[in-house]
Amino acid sequence: METIKLTIDNKEIDVHRGTTIYKAARELGIDIPTLCYMELHDMGIENNPAGCRICVAEVEGRRNLAPTCSTKCEPGMKVKTHSTRVLNARRTVMEFILSDHPKDCLVCSKSGNCELQDMSHRLGIREIPGQEFAATSTYRKDTSPSIIRDLDKCIMCRRCEMMCNEVQTVGALSAVNRGFMATVAPAFEQNLEYSTCTYCGQCVSVCPTGALTEVNHVPQVLRALNDPTKTVVVQTAPAVRVALGEEFGLAPGSIVTGKMTAALRALGFDYVFDTDFAADLTIMEEGTELLDRLTRHLKGDKTARIPILTSCCPGWVNFFEHYFPDLKDVPSTAKSPQQMFGAIAKSYFADKIGINRKDMVVVSIMPCLAKKYECQRDEFSVDGNPDVDYSISTRELANFIKQANIDIKNLHDEEFDAPLGESTGAGVIFGATGGVIEAACRTAYEVYTGKKLERIDFTELRGMEGVRSATIDFNGLPVNIGIAHGLGNARKLLDEVRSGKSQFHAIEVMACPGGCIGGGGQPLHHGNSEIIKARAAAIYAEDRKKPLRKSHENPFIIKLYDEFLGKPGSEKAHHLLHTHYFDKKKKIIVKK
Amino acid sequence: MSSIKIELRNEDVDFIKATCSKFNSDPQELINVLHSCQEHFGYLPAEVQEVVSGHLNVPVAKVYGVVTFYSFFTMTPKGKHPISICMGTACYVRGAEKVLEEFRKELKIQVGGTTSDNKFSLSSLRCVGACGLAPVVLVGDKTYGRVAPDDIKGILKEYEK
Ligand code: SF4
Ligand code: SF4
Ligand code: SF4
Ligand code: FES
Ligand code: FES
Repeated sequence: METIKLTIDNKEIDVHRGTTIYKAARELGIDIPTLCYMELHDMGIENNPAGCRICVAEVEGRRNLAPTCSTKCEPGMKVKTHSTRVLNARRTVMEFILSDHPKDCLVCSKSGNCELQDMSHRLGIREIPGQEFAATSTYRKDTSPSIIRDLDKCIMCRRCEMMCNEVQTVGALSAVNRGFMATVAPAFEQNLEYSTCTYCGQCVSVCPTGALTEVNHVPQVLRALNDPTKTVVVQTAPAVRVALGEEFGLAPGSIVTGKMTAALRALGFDYVFDTDFAADLTIMEEGTELLDRLTRHLKGDKTARIPILTSCCPGWVNFFEHYFPDLKDVPSTAKSPQQMFGAIAKSYFADKIGINRKDMVVVSIMPCLAKKYECQRDEFSVDGNPDVDYSISTRELANFIKQANIDIKNLHDEEFDAPLGESTGAGVIFGATGGVIEAACRTAYEVYTGKKLERIDFTELRGMEGVRSATIDFNGLPVNIGIAHGLGNARKLLDEVRSGKSQFHAIEVMACPGGCIGGGGQPLHHGNSEIIKARAAAIYAEDRKKPLRKSHENPFIIKLYDEFLGKPGSEKAHHLLHTHYFDKKKKIIVKK
Repeated sequence: MSSIKIELRNEDVDFIKATCSKFNSDPQELINVLHSCQEHFGYLPAEVQEVVSGHLNVPVAKVYGVVTFYSFFTMTPKGKHPISICMGTACYVRGAEKVLEEFRKELKIQVGGTTSDNKFSLSSLRCVGACGLAPVVLVGDKTYGRVAPDDIKGILKEYEK
């Protein structure tokens, strides 16, 4: 590729043609401030509307300042990134943005973690001239089961729109209106709830301000913990333990499993359990279903639908219910680990400790916002009592721990409680893209072949490419595996399934780029994909540390089947651990 | 946004489909498709946008985004008697704004709006080429010249049946 030479702030640099000034400057160690621009490097995700103009710089010989995030380098260019003119322009832009922004930082849920606040601070804005005359645009606040939209705080960076349309191909959000009233909204400015939103939360995870946030369920959890008549049980998803530390200043990829367990106990939960246990259970059910469908398919049974699709991601479930309802018999019927956990906690475990399910409150700690919606689905409750009462995100848990002034960094590691706290490495890797199917292969291989796996690590299933595939040799039977993360990638594989062209026997789908480690409820990555990769590495490190790494070897899973469920796929297992899907391809209901 | 719930008849849906096909169901042609639909229906209700979205394979949020971005698209139907006030230079100078103001007061709607009984809608126009008659008001096909704010009540009365 052709390289060109230019100077930025009097420093010379060679870059590939096509490089933006912003990126060239970054290579020189010059960090030009940006607001609307966001990139998740090597995940193919970039937001570049050149809308905010915070990133401007002076290019010698040009009349106008250039937005560096979108202006390409030219040979011989002379760029100044911090001339007086540039600094003044940036300040003016910032003042303009702030003049139409609420000033309630003190009580904003993004405060302390807001890119707009940081930018105001960085640019040294101390007053907003003329704000007594400036009108502010106001929008209605919209609360859905998972997400709150408070568009008064929107700065029109359009990152959410990019995530929802280009990465997820959901298209629930679009820029609407023009000028002063411009905003990002679902069709007809309806509530998000009436749109095709999957609650993946990827818009929330990139929103620089408090315009998009999760629904906060900490107060409800606090109330339950305060209620002496309730036994409060908590489960924690695999991706939480490799990300929670970031909220307390630890390096991305720090594993805080033991400290998190200790903190949850300190918060007053009666039983601290692990969703990883339920992940092992998912493998037993989903793996059995996979083998059953596969063997029937190989025998020529036309009713056995192949490929089987994983179903543990509720964002993904929402997606196919909206967009591929004709394929709703293709995904596994196994519930997500969150819901399997709830169903077992409120039956088997409630019986064990001799309490009524109504006196038990199940809380889940999730990297996910779709789980908030999932646990509120009607089919996951018994006589109006939900299997999982509240789902709170990694971010909410961090905030809860801070509120309770628990010094998590200095807590001693503690273990999960038995019996629903025991898990294998297979349960842990559910948190990263490729992990569910790897866990399924570990078990399905041994069950199908009757042999012990020589190599537990299916590294061919790991990685960060959006769509991956591998063929696993089941002792002579080649099993074709497909993996997609990010719903746009899932759509590609689903289109193939729909047209009958799919060569896969099993496909894993995770709605969020990177899998749950990149979930909509995780600590914000602020456009740094290294963080997501560090979390993935931590997940696999945690797996390697486990004495048991295959779900079917989990002694408590074996016991659960012996004592309670019978066999995987039994009638009781079906009743408690499986679900069905709905056709949501509805027309949008236009409300007056 | 206020939206009016309408039922599309089969032939309406067919018209939209045919229009999309005419443009090869190309998502790039969204604006042209919407233009044709607005010409046909007079406005672009949500239901029309949904059908367009389905046939062009563009999310309905995006269709709505385009409809609300361009001022020539409207989601409110024109009234039975559409009223247009010329805002060209000559009319403006001779007090078109006061005339418009009077219509707004009488009908209790804004420019671009339609009365709740669907009788009148209000819009403004560029020079209609009758500067000698300024200020000029059009109601349906009928032209009124040298209109003064005091005439408004009388003009509206003509259509009060
Ligand atoms: S949660 Fe996901 S699907 Fe819903 S609006 Fe946000 S990005 Fe789109
Ligand atoms: S809602 Fe947030 S992400 Fe979306 S455009 Fe507004 S500020 Fe940007
Ligand atoms: S990938 Fe994980 S975090 Fe994202 S929606 Fe699915 S389950 Fe939730
Ligand atoms: S960051 Fe470059 S225009 Fe917004
Ligand atoms: S300005 Fe009104 S008709 Fe010419």
